[in-house]
Amino acid sequence: MKREPPQSVADYGPLFFPAGMLLIFFVVPFGTMIAVSFFQRQQGGFYTPAFVFSNYERFLSVFFGGVLGFSLMLAITVAICCVVLALPFTYLLSKMARRLQVVWLVALLSVLSLSEVIIGFAWSTLFSRTAGITNILVELGVMKQAVALSPSFGAVLTGMVYQAFPYTVLVLYPAIVRLDPTLVEAARTLGSSPLRAFFNVLVPALRNTIMATLIMVFIFALGSYLLPQILGRPQHWTLSVLITDQAIYQSNMPFAAAMAVFLVLVTLGLVALTLLIGRKGEKA
Amino acid sequence: MTNWLRRLYFFAIGLFLALPLIVVLGVSVNEKQTLAFPPKGFSLAWYSEIFVNPEWRSALVASVLLATTSAALAVLIALPLSWFLWRRIAPWANIFQVLGIAPFTLPPVITALGLLTFWATTGFYGQPWTAVIGHAIFFVTLPLVTLSLGFSAIDRSFVEAAATMGASDRTIFRTVILPLILPYLVSGYAFAFVLSLNEYIVAYMTVGFTLETLPIKIFNALRYGYTPTMASVTILFVATAAVIFSLVAKFGDLPKLLGAMAADDK
Repeated sequence: MKREPPQSVADYGPLFFPAGMLLIFFVVPFGTMIAVSFFQRQQGGFYTPAFVFSNYERFLSVFFGGVLGFSLMLAITVAICCVVLALPFTYLLSKMARRLQVVWLVALLSVLSLSEVIIGFAWSTLFSRTAGITNILVELGVMKQAVALSPSFGAVLTGMVYQAFPYTVLVLYPAIVRLDPTLVEAARTLGSSPLRAFFNVLVPALRNTIMATLIMVFIFALGSYLLPQILGRPQHWTLSVLITDQAIYQSNMPFAAAMAVFLVLVTLGLVALTLLIGRKGEKA
Repeated sequence: MTNWLRRLYFFAIGLFLALPLIVVLGVSVNEKQTLAFPPKGFSLAWYSEIFVNPEWRSALVASVLLATTSAALAVLIALPLSWFLWRRIAPWANIFQVLGIAPFTLPPVITALGLLTFWATTGFYGQPWTAVIGHAIFFVTLPLVTLSLGFSAIDRSFVEAAATMGASDRTIFRTVILPLILPYLVSGYAFAFVLSLNEYIVAYMTVGFTLETLPIKIFNALRYGYTPTMASVTILFVATAAVIFSLVAKFGDLPKLLGAMAADDK
């Protein structure tokens, strides 16, 4: 049985159910959302079909610009922190014995799958005054009194790096495992220290992977929704929080949809950029 | 020297990953309803609370039901699709692969809002089964990726041999392909199951006001203050995820599933 093009309608059979599900429950809802973003909002939470740009015009406010700027800045910071932490980690992980690698991978997957609610709760406990990390510092005599470290920007950032770190490792992992080990060996034979070999050989060789990972983690962080609410103050709220807030609590679906469409455009632009970088990497 | 440095680095990362969970573990065994660490007294009462307290129990049941059914539906969508893409030459059908991966790549709030507008428009908003479909679509990526990997690992000559001996497509699927693909099917299901168990925003936006899953319950409880049950649920979830992924690692090839080449096919 060779791979062959479908001959009859029956050959398309296996495709019907998956294609139908994806079209009805992903493409249609997506289209509905785009349509609603042009609808006219009515008082009392309803909206009527129309074709207006007023929902998009609301973007041009100082408040919205501030939230957007903050969301982007936060996601970029998270992405940079994660890649800086995860790159040497993943490289060293790939050199470990297989059994040990599996243990680390299970731990990373377990943390990655944790609900944002749970991560938020765990860190808010760790940052609390009564059960938090400052109690340990008091015990050690570093601090005089236990203090609450959240809500604050640092708390939001820590929580989001915690959430995105395992993701970063798992994105980097395949590329690093496939890397030619002779590259570093050659550098070492020629007398460079492990650190020099890492920065002068490995990092340039992985340049495209690093860029693509930064973008992937950036998108991942952009989706963070609960952590800014649990660990931050209202000024630390991101676009994702604002979208939900508008949709559920302000009952302004058209505006929420317009913001979501905007977020999709930003994300798709970045995905296209990732693919472009990936293609360039293959040619090189 | 460098070996020592490397150990320190791994220890620091391990500590960073484990520290919040250690504190939550400590908090969960407090005797009284206090947020204290190190814990005051020792009690496992907050663990039995998950199963005894009707509110927490119904949230647990709702979450487990949602995760088992939505992961099953995700696999039912992914299996025929990845089989078709492997069996046939139909480049345009790859669009469905992209559609399957898209919800997972975009920020989750987008899928959530899309489904919310969709269910509100069709009049099914708030029905518990809408969350099953929502999660299945949101997490279909995971079985899709593991199954595509599994199919690409199948040696086509097995299938050709079966076909030469006169086996029909259906028989080949049942007797040759299914046994070979089963580990990937199970791990795809496991990934979707664990993530669905932990998912908040899609569930909240589609059925948040009618069905309380565990993550929704924790967040709602968090707003009204603190109860140690949150801590015991957290530990239960971490333990569940660790057990499931360990099983996947034991019966499958985890490094390969996560994209590393197996040592022999380099």
